[in-house]
Amino acid sequence: MNYRQKRIAINNIVMTLSTISALIGLSFLFWILGVLIFNGIEALNIGIFINEGAPPGYENSGLKQALIGQLLIVMYATAAGVPLGVLAGTYLSEYSQGSKLAEIIRDISDIMMSAPSIVIGAFVYAIVVIPMGHFSGYAGAIALAIIMIPIILRTTDDMLQLVPSTLREAAFALGAPKYKVIIQVVYRGARAGVLTGILLGIARVAGETAPLLFTSFNDNFLNTDMNEAMASLTVTMYNYATSPYEDWQRLGWAAAFILSMFILSLNIIGRLFLLQKRGK
Amino acid sequence: MATIIDVPEEKILHVNNFEFTYAGSDVPNIKKLSMPIAKNCVTALIGPSGCGKTTLLRSFNRMHDLYPGNKYAGEVLFEGRNILDVKEDLITLRTKIGMIFQKPTAFPMSIFDNVAYGLRLQGMKNRSELNDRVEKSLKDAAIWNEVSTRLKQDANGLSGGQQQRLCIARAIAVEPEILLFDEPTSALDPISTQGIEILVSELKERVSIVIVTHNMQQAARVSDYTGFMYLGELIELGQTEELFVTPKEKLTEEYITGKFG
Repeated sequence: MNYRQKRIAINNIVMTLSTISALIGLSFLFWILGVLIFNGIEALNIGIFINEGAPPGYENSGLKQALIGQLLIVMYATAAGVPLGVLAGTYLSEYSQGSKLAEIIRDISDIMMSAPSIVIGAFVYAIVVIPMGHFSGYAGAIALAIIMIPIILRTTDDMLQLVPSTLREAAFALGAPKYKVIIQVVYRGARAGVLTGILLGIARVAGETAPLLFTSFNDNFLNTDMNEAMASLTVTMYNYATSPYEDWQRLGWAAAFILSMFILSLNIIGRLFLLQKRGK
Repeated sequence: MATIIDVPEEKILHVNNFEFTYAGSDVPNIKKLSMPIAKNCVTALIGPSGCGKTTLLRSFNRMHDLYPGNKYAGEVLFEGRNILDVKEDLITLRTKIGMIFQKPTAFPMSIFDNVAYGLRLQGMKNRSELNDRVEKSLKDAAIWNEVSTRLKQDANGLSGGQQQRLCIARAIAVEPEILLFDEPTSALDPISTQGIEILVSELKERVSIVIVTHNMQQAARVSDYTGFMYLGELIELGQTEELFVTPKEKLTEEYITGKFG
């Protein structure tokens, strides 16, 4: 075998091995999605959206309480986490001017991003749930906001830094005060990237179960009072899926399907924003 | 030794013993520099890379203040006061001394909003007044014919040369006293460059211009006065024709004849 044949042989072996590995990885992904879609769609019906939870064996049981609870908790978490994350990212990129504090904040948020979410759940349990004396939707929203902030903070920071400094200088050279430069020029330039960061942040927390187990807990019936324990799709799914009743298990599949589709669409929308930006 | 002529015209800027030190450096980047800038004239600054010409230019509208730790010394007199004073209102100063950058800096907004940006900063809200000023500025910057039908479109869709003229329109819309050009054509093709040069010559009727350029032919074509800088010092300032034909300083002669640089 000469040098050229050897090179081609090695190339073929490596290519085959990497292709097989990719296929194995992908096949699990499609297997999961396939089972989820098959069981999820089968379990879906209108009743799921209009009925609340019911004891096993009742015909008219649904997920209304979990859907609304999930939406409320994620909305409150977003309302708290997005402004904090975006403003903190703005501080890092625009105001900190390379200070030590900024580097420390960046490092801590990187660590926070990989912190197990159950730890954050336990933390909120200790500082919110125990002093209040009961589980609440607020506590769940706080836990999710804490998970969301470092993600949004870092993407905002990165995206704002991508805006060329000459653009800022040009705005200053026209006599713009700093806050106007940031809002009217820098934010505009980084809009698509920051929005993507926000959407990915929301998508990330929408799928969290562990921090909600400790905080908003669960409720089998519809509750819109954020000061009370509240159902969520993830915790409901966990409870129903581990129950011995077949009709509850079916509801668990439906919850898993709805949640996955929600997160999948957030991710796709986020990526479309980025593509649109690059296309320009 | 340096040869620095006095200008017969009224002086819009007067630089006296100016020194500039970048953050973290002990030695000044510009040393004891003095020069007059004549009103309604074009003054070109030439010199090899790193000689401090852009640094000097960016001092005239205090651009260095955007980054912490930079230090000025000496004085730059404008309208009878030293603009290096810590109490100088930079926002007002920058509306009077505008700047055009090396790369076009069109904001991510429509063509109209780009030109109206500085006017709106000054509080102009009246729609018809804004329309008039935007149209006039675009005409003065010789780009109106190319953009009049698409004022609402994104400014980033324009070509590099068009964007640079748009930036000039944006800068002259606020009617500054001085315009600082920092190598405005180094990112442009020859035809766009010619357009910008013609524009510079026309604009001096209304505004005093300081232009930094690497291109000596450009300095010779557009300017009335030329200053040659080397290692942070002004070696020679003279009438452009004289400086290029009969330079007084040996260093100037060596630079313009291409012996170094």
